[in-house]
Amino acid sequence: MNSDREEMSCQEFQAQLPELVGSGEDMSKHPHLQSCENCKALLADLQTIADAAKQLLPVEQPKEDLWDRIDAAIRLEEGALGQEE
Amino acid sequence: MKIGMEKTKLKPFDVASMQTLQPILTRIGVSCSKPRLATTSTPPGRKQMPRSDLAKKNSPDSNTEPAPQAAEPVRVAAVDSKAVDADALARAQAGDHHAFAHLYSLHKRRIYSLCLRMVGNAAEAEDLTQEAFLQLHRKIATFRGDSAFSTWLHRLAINVVLMHLRKKGLALMSLDEAMEPTQSDGPGRSFGAPDLALAGSIDRLALERAVGDLPAGYRLVFVLHDVEGYEHNEIADMLECSIGNSKSQLHKARLKLRDALRTSLERGGQR
Repeated sequence: MNSDREEMSCQEFQAQLPELVGSGEDMSKHPHLQSCENCKALLADLQTIADAAKQLLPVEQPKEDLWDRIDAAIRLEEGALGQEE
Repeated sequence: MKIGMEKTKLKPFDVASMQTLQPILTRIGVSCSKPRLATTSTPPGRKQMPRSDLAKKNSPDSNTEPAPQAAEPVRVAAVDSKAVDADALARAQAGDHHAFAHLYSLHKRRIYSLCLRMVGNAAEAEDLTQEAFLQLHRKIATFRGDSAFSTWLHRLAINVVLMHLRKKGLALMSLDEAMEPTQSDGPGRSFGAPDLALAGSIDRLALERAVGDLPAGYRLVFVLHDVEGYEHNEIADMLECSIGNSKSQLHKARLKLRDALRTSLERGGQR
């Protein structure tokens, strides 16, 4: 099994990456990575991107008047409901 | 090496609202006009206002939402039922308009940011935020506390965005199509030399741009998984696709981002 993994080509290894990465398996000891600097660099880049994504958490603020729009829409709906009743 | 796995575990969704959705995203449509996301930064280390102070404020524009910390990003699940103003929630459920305004003030940034990341356009994101809070107003009485309120609201907002994307029907790519390998489908396959490592060289703006330029399907899964912290099984549930599909989409998204960021770095190096 290990031997098969070691003899894996880059193409074969990278074809398995979505599942390997998605499963959360620790790949640092994967036989293919012991001898392939290219795939090791690829994985490091993907890790960097995943880490950097955490910087993209909410920091944006909607415009101040958005609440006024929502408030007006709510009151409109409530008014319409009131008329139906 | 466990890529993207070190994140706060989210609580399970309340999936009831999702069950009313039609099959999602057979075709996803978004604007491809190279959106640029707003980049208002939050100073690192900003403290969260104590709940007692939050309770004193009634104006939804008082910006009382806890600010995320740069060094330790806030996850949706981090704002669980303990952090939500339970009293305001109960009053809003009973029809108290001021309490609803307070809930808006607590959650507006997170919901707006989610919408913005998913559609990449500020005007659309505001419309979707409005729609999300309108739906919240209609449905808030049905919230039973099976999950954290913030998670429930977050899920509701995602549903609003997904419905919107589906209605737009610009048909850029389906999730299933994205699973099928094609001749041109090989973003960032890396069989060449590792000549340009990204470590330590990604800046937020470059990443924002690259995410904004992702195809819709890739962007959705990337935002949901890597930014918002959802698990693959949760994303598969939301998007009504397989878990393998979600994993594949995410991987391709990261590869595309890698390509874009490397290109950006190379251009920067040539200046």
